[in-house]
Amino acid sequence: MNFLFEPLAYEFMQRGLLASVIVGVLCAVMGTYVVLRGMAFLGDAMAHAILPGVAIAYILKGDLLIGAGIAAITVALIIGLFTKDGAVKEDTAIGILFAAALSLGVALISTMQTYAVDLSHILFGNVLGVSVSDLWLIGGLSFAILLTVALLFKPFLVISFDPVLAATLRLPAELLRNLMLVLLALTVVVSLQTVGVSLAAAMLVTPAATAYLLTRRLLPMMFVSAAIGALSSVIGLYLSYYFNIVSGSAIVLTATAMFLLGFLWKRIKSV
Amino acid sequence: MTHTPHRLEVQNISIGYGDKIIMHDLSFQVPHGARVAVVGPNGAGKSTLFKALVGLLPVKSGRIIIHGESLGVHKDCVAYVPQREEVDWRFPVTVNDVVMMGRFGQMGWFKRASAHDRSLVRKSLEQMGIADLAEHSIGQLSGGQQQRAFLARAIAQEPHILLMDEPFTGVDVTTQEVTLNLLDHLHRKQVTAIISTHDLNLAASRFDLVLLLNHRLIAFGTPQEVFVKENLTQAFGNSLLVMENGMMLVDECCPPDEEHHHHAEAQ
Repeated sequence: MNFLFEPLAYEFMQRGLLASVIVGVLCAVMGTYVVLRGMAFLGDAMAHAILPGVAIAYILKGDLLIGAGIAAITVALIIGLFTKDGAVKEDTAIGILFAAALSLGVALISTMQTYAVDLSHILFGNVLGVSVSDLWLIGGLSFAILLTVALLFKPFLVISFDPVLAATLRLPAELLRNLMLVLLALTVVVSLQTVGVSLAAAMLVTPAATAYLLTRRLLPMMFVSAAIGALSSVIGLYLSYYFNIVSGSAIVLTATAMFLLGFLWKRIKSV
Repeated sequence: MTHTPHRLEVQNISIGYGDKIIMHDLSFQVPHGARVAVVGPNGAGKSTLFKALVGLLPVKSGRIIIHGESLGVHKDCVAYVPQREEVDWRFPVTVNDVVMMGRFGQMGWFKRASAHDRSLVRKSLEQMGIADLAEHSIGQLSGGQQQRAFLARAIAQEPHILLMDEPFTGVDVTTQEVTLNLLDHLHRKQVTAIISTHDLNLAASRFDLVLLLNHRLIAFGTPQEVFVKENLTQAFGNSLLVMENGMMLVDECCPPDEEHHHHAEAQ
């Protein structure tokens, strides 16, 4: 048991663990929509798109989360602008912005003196650097996002499964789709500190994809996904502590291992 | 809410995508409880008309009036059974979940399903003969069973107008029979049914009214009035074959996934 409790003797580990679990659950739940609506590419792009915002906030010594939030919403709006009336296809617009934002972010960060360390924290997260106020922010935002998802469960189900029914039921489909994008952007922002920009997309997709293999209804899929997200975070963080690897990588690799197990289980079951 | 007059009025509507107009200046009126077959060649604008009636595609001009008020005033009184390719069959929902969605409009977005909602869902499933499949994933069902699940959803919605896009194309005999029985059942319950089909024979024998389209109104009336040579020639052009005994055949390919030739006759 000492093996489990030893890392928790450090307060930064306690905060890190709590933050990872919250983010793991949040990403996993939002991830069900990402997987079902085929938004994996968008999630990835969104994660990279916040890089310039984070870099500017870093240079100005402002709050990273605020910088990330502003960048995410800006990019979502620009994607909307490019794709309006079918001027540019959505995945093309996403591809352009994804690359541009990543380049701009790296360019900005490369002007800093502590370039290497800062870049690695932003790209891969720095879960051990979570402060008490960070934790409050992560917890509060996550609660708000999950509450919105719970309240809008039925409308989100209908616009995802059957947009035509959404129209006959007079749902404000456009508004709901944009709201989902904003929630997705906020999720990426929240996960910045624990898994970092480049791995946030994996936490959005991998647990949800695993849950998709194991369940056949949306609500159970969300719960299983959340459990996998939380478990990956805990196991990943312990692995990172004992083997001295970057926490974001450890968490994502754990989630990937679970996906492979789920995939094998499904294969064996169907034989 | 009182719903008189129970009817659908389409006044001079034009519909299309962008600059392209697919349906020009279409007008017709459907009395309540009527069974209307929508007939016309491929690409004549049948599905486009349905999208406009559902509210998916805004009309460029003209008005659609239901119960004397503009489309959208009465929420969820129009139910739509989509074509197969419009649905993501891999989505994690059970048959029961799909049918329950038909109740969402009346249930409210934040409430749980009541006993009344659940019993309506149960009855709709039984009526379509798929009650035993309620807990199956929608993706596990056969094409015909999937269509019946969507029909069950449409009934659970308790609509005043039911729209079905090609429900007789590419389904098994049982599903065709269940669909036709449903049509008669709805007729008795005074629900208006508007259904697009390639089967002119079916349109002539099982429907009260026929709407013949080819990017505009060709004819609207009883099957006897509509299915005359002049109208059919205008609608189908070269794919209309007139036999020596006066029988008329329409020879054209069905929608893309159905590559066989489809023959239909009319009196």
